Amino acid sequence: MIQLENLTKTFTLPSTTIVAADKVNMTVPSGEICVLLGPSGCGKTTALKMINRLIPPTSGRILINGEDTSGLNDIELRRQIGYVIQQIGLFPNMTVEQNICVVPKMLGWDIKRAKARAAELIDLVGLDPRQFLHRYPKELSGGQQQRIGVIRALAADPPVMLMDEPFGAIDPINREIIQDEFLKMQAELKKTIMFVSHDIDEAVKMGDKIAIFRAGKIEQFDAPDKILAHPANPFVADFVGADRTLKRLRLVTAEEVTDRNCPVVSRRATPQEARNAARSSDSRIIVVIDADHRPVGYVTAEEMEGADGSITDFAHALPATVPVRADLRAVVSEMFANDVMWLACTDDKGRFAGIVTQPAVTAALGETYKRSEMN
Amino acid sequence: MVRQATGIGRNVQLLVMFGLGIWVCSSGLLGQIADNWDDIVYLSKQHMVLVGASGAAAILLGIPAGIWLSRPAMERYAETVMQVFNIGTTIPTLAVIALSMTILGIGFAPAFFGLFVASLLPIVRNTYTGLLAVPPHLKEAATGMGMTPRQILFRVELPNALYVIFSGVRTALAINVGTTPLAFLIGGGGLGELIFTGIDLMDTGMLLAGAIPTAALAVMVDFMMGQAQLRLVPKGVNPLR
Repeated sequence: MIQLENLTKTFTLPSTTIVAADKVNMTVPSGEICVLLGPSGCGKTTALKMINRLIPPTSGRILINGEDTSGLNDIELRRQIGYVIQQIGLFPNMTVEQNICVVPKMLGWDIKRAKARAAELIDLVGLDPRQFLHRYPKELSGGQQQRIGVIRALAADPPVMLMDEPFGAIDPINREIIQDEFLKMQAELKKTIMFVSHDIDEAVKMGDKIAIFRAGKIEQFDAPDKILAHPANPFVADFVGADRTLKRLRLVTAEEVTDRNCPVVSRRATPQEARNAARSSDSRIIVVIDADHRPVGYVTAEEMEGADGSITDFAHALPATVPVRADLRAVVSEMFANDVMWLACTDDKGRFAGIVTQPAVTAALGETYKRSEMN
Repeated sequence: MVRQATGIGRNVQLLVMFGLGIWVCSSGLLGQIADNWDDIVYLSKQHMVLVGASGAAAILLGIPAGIWLSRPAMERYAETVMQVFNIGTTIPTLAVIALSMTILGIGFAPAFFGLFVASLLPIVRNTYTGLLAVPPHLKEAATGMGMTPRQILFRVELPNALYVIFSGVRTALAINVGTTPLAFLIGGGGLGELIFTGIDLMDTGMLLAGAIPTAALAVMVDFMMGQAQLRLVPKGVNPLR
């Protein structure tokens, strides 16, 4: 857990005094990622760097796991905190292994344990230890370097990590991949993380909480969905963008809006059975499934009226299916691409899990607004 | 094509060397040079002692001085100090040697001092600029990881500046070896004794007896420094590897 209490930083220049952080109060519960977000010069990096005292605070307290950090000296404090920066900062004179072992060695681990840890971590980010441990940073791609930068910070298993725009210098495609990898790792490691970003999309994706900064003050500190749905003031609304509702699509998975009552019939069923299925669930669409419960096509209730013969004679192909775990952005994109109002969802094994309709998506997005109007 | 060209270049080189050899032999110069053999051995030793001692002293003092100037506490004064050093480099080495004689008299001491001063400057300058050129984000990462200033210096800054520092030492030693013959002028001995006496007596054999070992020594020192630079600078920061 990280707690900031009235954390303040002022820089005194001959002519004026600049307040870089103004009585910042926030609590990041253990195992959560808190994204500090804001335009450049808003004080988010200052707030972050005060935690490991790269910038000494003017006043206020910082508590890590309930303990006031002012009792620790700078060196002790920093060795307990993982630190990742945008420029990565791998030491070019050291191999990947030596880079990862820096902090464990300073903490007095024996060499064998440190090396074993390096191999374990590099495996965790999907790189082959035998191939990569003895390379130099310049022999790696940017994405690989940043993966090493992240695991170097994790080497001594610190409870707390500070990340200063860690994925900012990576190309968009690799950034997505590394973000996903990192979230997967975080789901296991459950570190308490402060993460500076200026990218609202990244913040929404990575953050359990987002703190939006302006001129050294926190404008809003809330869950991503709350910030997108209910910006506290015009500044926040402006910062998250006019398309903030569309951004919320990322926060909801298909599973949450899937209609599981959609009628299904097997390929060998008769139109009569399809009619009955449609009537009992009051649905226009009947999905045709194969023996393994995979969706293979659909028929509509109207087509079934008075129809005769085999279902397969009437079945239309499904334009696309989406996994239930996909976020709504991917689902909606697929809908638009195929010009359809609904899509069939499949579970991890490819079995039919229900359908997602456009009205269901809009209802899910609109719900939070209706609720707030009632309150 | 390139390979062929170097092949031809090498052949030409060999031919010229061979021709030179024939000329030296036929003119009897070889015999004249060999006449000075005892002097060559004695003076070469003296020469190497001068180079070794003044070079080592310059390295031992120059690198710490460069490190000291690059520390944040010195930031305000470092440029001024470097300007003084720069003025120092503009003084011709012969003048440096002459000046050191006026203070320290004649013999080994002023020669040592003059050579030391002449080779100090490139070492200090390269150490200083090399350390300043270490990217700030490396220092930030190191600080953020909990390294002490001392650890940052020895594990991050110096290894990353080592290539530039080595280049400074290499330049300094090249200047040093090239200037050492002048030590003779202030009684410091060395191979300069054969060269200058050879000139004065118009004795080509004696002149070459001094000049050839001097040249060979310069080439050897530079080769050794090149090898050291190639091998001692860590692979990750060595553009040669």
